[in-house]
Amino acid sequence: MIINTIFYYFREAATSLIRNSWLTVASVGTIIISLLILGSSVLLVLNVREVAADLESSLEITVFLEDDLEQERLEQLEEEIKFVPGVSTVNFVTKEQALENLKESFGDKAELLSGLEEDNPLPNSYTVKTRKANMVPSAARQLTELEGVEQVRYGQGVVENLLALTHWVRIWGSLALLVLGVAAVLLIATTIRMSVFARRREIGIMKMLGATNIFVRMPFMLEGMIIGLTGGLFAAVMIHFGYASFLNKVIISLPFIQLVDDSNSIYQVLGGLLGAGFLIGTLGSAISLRRFLKV
Amino acid sequence: MIQFYNVSKTYPNQVQALNSITLHINKGEFVFLVGPSGAGKSTLTKLICREELPTHGQVIVNGRSLPRMKNRQVPYLRRQMGMVYQDFRLIPNRTVFENVAFALEIIGASRREMKQVVPEALRMVGMEKKLNMRPYQLSGGEQQRTAVARAIVNNPALILADEPTGNLDPDTSWELMRLFMDINSLGTTILMATHAWDIVDEMKKRVVQLENGVIVRDEEGGVYGHDH
Ligand SMILES: Nc1ncnc2c1ncn2[C@@H]1O[C@H](COP(=O)(O)OP(=O)(O)OP(=O)(O)O)[C@@H](O)[C@H]1O
Ligand SMILES: [Mg+2]
Repeated sequence: MIINTIFYYFREAATSLIRNSWLTVASVGTIIISLLILGSSVLLVLNVREVAADLESSLEITVFLEDDLEQERLEQLEEEIKFVPGVSTVNFVTKEQALENLKESFGDKAELLSGLEEDNPLPNSYTVKTRKANMVPSAARQLTELEGVEQVRYGQGVVENLLALTHWVRIWGSLALLVLGVAAVLLIATTIRMSVFARRREIGIMKMLGATNIFVRMPFMLEGMIIGLTGGLFAAVMIHFGYASFLNKVIISLPFIQLVDDSNSIYQVLGGLLGAGFLIGTLGSAISLRRFLKV
Repeated sequence: MIQFYNVSKTYPNQVQALNSITLHINKGEFVFLVGPSGAGKSTLTKLICREELPTHGQVIVNGRSLPRMKNRQVPYLRRQMGMVYQDFRLIPNRTVFENVAFALEIIGASRREMKQVVPEALRMVGMEKKLNMRPYQLSGGEQQRTAVARAIVNNPALILADEPTGNLDPDTSWELMRLFMDINSLGTTILMATHAWDIVDEMKKRVVQLENGVIVRDEEGGVYGHDH
């Protein structure tokens, strides 16, 4: 019984999709575009988060100190630094250590720096870490104010730009998604409306013969679901291959950047796209049937 | 089988189509519903299949009160009756077989069941040789016989026919009436709204006459009217 009816639903849905083929293609296309935008925004945000987290652990503030500070003042300054909101660790680096570090980073060209020991131009400094990357800018600003501090340095701009970028991706991504999502839903609703319209006589006959509401509506619901799932499938496949090739390029040209590449997260995104397509399709059908198929 | 108690129907545009109708139709009866255009014949049949609800009064079909019936039960009510209309109401892109089978498809029947039952119904109406033709390839009489086959394929207890001969020539109309008599003789109740006075006069069945939404005559073995 049920099997026969399910076959019937699919047959009818397929007939309608083929009959309104240009609208079907347009609806599927709109869904693909919306979902591509959704997918890339999500991946972008995920990646920016990953990179930010990466920076978070490596980002430190260097507080250069004025020369000739008394030992007492140095100790007091360390306490003051610890009190700056967001600060997690403070390490004192003497000018001698600083020179050593510099030499190390020069590697085999370290002899270029020989002779500097007698009159070391590097200042004493504190290396300060914050608990989170987004606390760096405000902490740095407050550190500048402290007495005895000559200069404050950190990966200036990087963190701010990164955070601003996520912010904008979120806002514009959501906006584009909203507009395209609504367009996709409406286009599906139109497609379903056309199907209902093409079959209004048939629908009357079905009701006369004693068809249940579900029986009348199901083929149309299915139609929207098929459109949505097809769009979701195409978008997921495109994102899958597109992102894989993007990752490959990044690994070759920017090997030090850590991007999201675990298949779990990626499959979650792809599954989400499929689900979003299904949702859009179902919603479009439901809206159309509510308005145009009073049973 | 059908009971109307003081039934009135006023459409939303304030037209009163039926006014305090009381009517009983028993199982197995053959009843003609006659009366001038706008008398309320179609409205009465629509109340029986619950296409419309009465404004006042009680309509009972097969022991069930239609005003109290829930919307989702209406399909099951309609499966107990077959409907035949002037305009046949066949699905254009389906064959004769598929049109008749559609009534079974709706209730979830399998292909095998359809292949058993549909040819029987088509044989009953004499359409067994044209089962692969589509409605546009058929004459009006053949289309109507297909519609009758669809109406009886579920073995309904009641046939509701609203001017079924309205688009048929006299000979074809008589063919259809003979078919209805056959169906009626097997125990199916038939209620037929019609303007075909010659048929009504000839068949001498029960005649219910409506005028301005009121029953003005209800007689066994009646004729269409005395003024035609
Ligand atoms: N859906 C509707 N909305 C408003 N008024 C209606 C509706 N259906 C019928 N009417 C009115 O109700 C009255 C009875 O109509 P009905 O169709 O029952 O008459 P009838 O006896 O079947 O006529 P005919 O012989 O021409 O088919 C008419 O005045 C008609 O205009
Ligand atoms: Mg009428």
